Amino acid sequence: MLVQSMHFKQRASEKLGDALLQGNMRKAKGKFVDGRAKAVAEFGVWEELRTHAAKIRDRAIANLDAYLVEFERNATRRGAVVHWAESAEDACRIIVEIALQNGVKKVAKSKSMVSEEVNLNERMEAAGLQVIETDLGEYILQLAHEPPSHIVAPAVHKSKEQVADLFVAAHGKPRLTEIPAMTREAREALRGHFLTADMGISGSNFIIAETGTTLTVTNEGNADMVTTLPRIHCVITGIEKVIGTMEDFAALIRLLPRSAIGQTITNYLTVTTGIKMPDEADGPEQMHIVLVDAGRTRLVGSDMQEMLRCIRCGACMNHCPVYQNVGGHAYGWVYPGPMGSILTPAYVGLENAGDLPNAATFCGECAVACPVKIPLPDLMRKLREQQFDRKLRPWTERAAIAAWGFVATRPGLYALMSKLGARVASWMGGREGLIHSLPGIDGWTKGRDMPAPAGRTFRELYKRRASHRA
Amino acid sequence: MKVGLFVTCLVDLSRPGIGFAALKLLESAGCEVVVPESQTCCGQPGYNSGGREIAKSLARKVLAEFRGCDYVVAPSGSCSGQMKVATVHDLFKGEPDLPEFETLAAKWFELSDFLVNVLKVHKVPGTYDGTVTYHDSCSGLRELGVKMQPRYLLQMAGAQIAEMEGSERCCGFGGTFSIKLGEISTRMCEGKCESIRASGARAIVGGDLGCLLNIEGRLRRTGDTTTKVLHFAQVIAGEG
Repeated sequence: MLVQSMHFKQRASEKLGDALLQGNMRKAKGKFVDGRAKAVAEFGVWEELRTHAAKIRDRAIANLDAYLVEFERNATRRGAVVHWAESAEDACRIIVEIALQNGVKKVAKSKSMVSEEVNLNERMEAAGLQVIETDLGEYILQLAHEPPSHIVAPAVHKSKEQVADLFVAAHGKPRLTEIPAMTREAREALRGHFLTADMGISGSNFIIAETGTTLTVTNEGNADMVTTLPRIHCVITGIEKVIGTMEDFAALIRLLPRSAIGQTITNYLTVTTGIKMPDEADGPEQMHIVLVDAGRTRLVGSDMQEMLRCIRCGACMNHCPVYQNVGGHAYGWVYPGPMGSILTPAYVGLENAGDLPNAATFCGECAVACPVKIPLPDLMRKLREQQFDRKLRPWTERAAIAAWGFVATRPGLYALMSKLGARVASWMGGREGLIHSLPGIDGWTKGRDMPAPAGRTFRELYKRRASHRA
Repeated sequence: MKVGLFVTCLVDLSRPGIGFAALKLLESAGCEVVVPESQTCCGQPGYNSGGREIAKSLARKVLAEFRGCDYVVAPSGSCSGQMKVATVHDLFKGEPDLPEFETLAAKWFELSDFLVNVLKVHKVPGTYDGTVTYHDSCSGLRELGVKMQPRYLLQMAGAQIAEMEGSERCCGFGGTFSIKLGEISTRMCEGKCESIRASGARAIVGGDLGCLLNIEGRLRRTGDTTTKVLHFAQVIAGEG
């Protein structure tokens, strides 16, 4: 996906002015946040589970090399072929080659954010393959020719009415108004594709070292279809998804759906271990597992290592007041919200990430919601430090910080400057005590007044009081 | 008991009345209050803008200024979070001056937390006849656990509290965020103002001046000239 993150401010501004999007976002917000809160309250020992889960993920990252080799050994034993993709380009090339070598014409995909990250659909289509997204949200977006705006609910920015219009155009049937009827129509349209696809592609939420298993959670069961019906199954996922054992998975799966949408368990859990064995009724003849690095190993041992814990639940964006207002597309790449503000600079370069590390008030809601305790605001702050040190912020901003630091460390100068500042700003506020416009801080004054200072600083008044008392 | 008052740069510059209200509250509770004259800022604007070294030199300055105090109190959850949490968990982690910052962090309190949990006050100087709604500022709430303390004190002064929907949701201030990404900040603030209006309260009270200036600025810009915007210290000191 083309990186547009450097235009965050402009894109966010457009989204803030999009009344339809604003309405759709407003509806979604309550569902995610309230749903999670209820599920967490019912669970009871949530904090203990979070701590445990963070340890599981840290252990996996610390043993990444060993776990991945163990995974490969066990998956291979069950007839799968493991491919290592160092870059996004490698991942696409490997999958397109598998498809072409096997005479594949049609590919049915279940949801995969890594495939979005590496631009897989575009590459497959360029190679002449027909690609069908089968996750309902992704299917809608494929019809709309749009990227996902959320990692769990990709079409969350769309209303029922917008989807109805897309379905009329795609299916050529009368316009529907009820969601159950619409999903039925989509299911009917997709069923044929499941049955005629030569290749199924799925993502994976976790891969298990001790068994060579890949696991995918869905609410629609489409991953069950794409992993079992086509003769070739291809998994694409990031190397950091590995965990040690099924026991580890048992802990993480209690966190994931609760954090994502307040579900105690997802409707479907697709567990795939190798190819169809002679005594088995279902399953693919070939299974390929493409493990993608594309920047992940760079994070190991870096300031950003904790980000590799991420289990892609989306709780951070659901709880982020910035995301809630601007939506996922404003962020300009695959991963939006707080996790995206860290992953985008990590994977495509800080110099291409623009304002993303600054797209936070550090309110801390994401850090509280994160099921694996990633200190998201702290990581964003570290990125701001890197931006500052690498001079990636505008010189005016850096100069302002330096000037402020110079003055604030010199109390005499500070007292003089604040005294003058308070006087001038107080005068500017006039009788009503409000400054309506102030050059240099028009980011503030465009939408708000600046309440003017009282006129005398605390320091002055306190001194006067002290001398008065003496 | 010698208590150092960290006034905060915003209060010093913009609303000295909040500083004097804090002073009155501490003195009326029997504290000997000192206000080091050389104090300026806790360093958070630098810290959150990537200027780590500037933040560290300001933190060292604060440390030196309050060394002789039994406690340090600030009428701000945000500055308190900077000195209680950021210094020990990040800025000076693994450095020789960490123990000193740990000592400072242990004796540093946000004003409402200090009044309720350290001084355990049972009465406050001020009385307030009316209904207020309370905005929970992010740092105080999520870093320091300041939630019931200011409400308890407000009720002690006689104020009725009408809780707004989403009192824990960020107002959009975020320090320099409010200027750098002003349009998003303003929209977040508008959400907060909608909640305030819906609460029916005639006054919005909070514990951090940054948030209060943000909220007041948006209320006034949108034509609300009557809703009072107050720091809880002003209310309970009888200066609201």
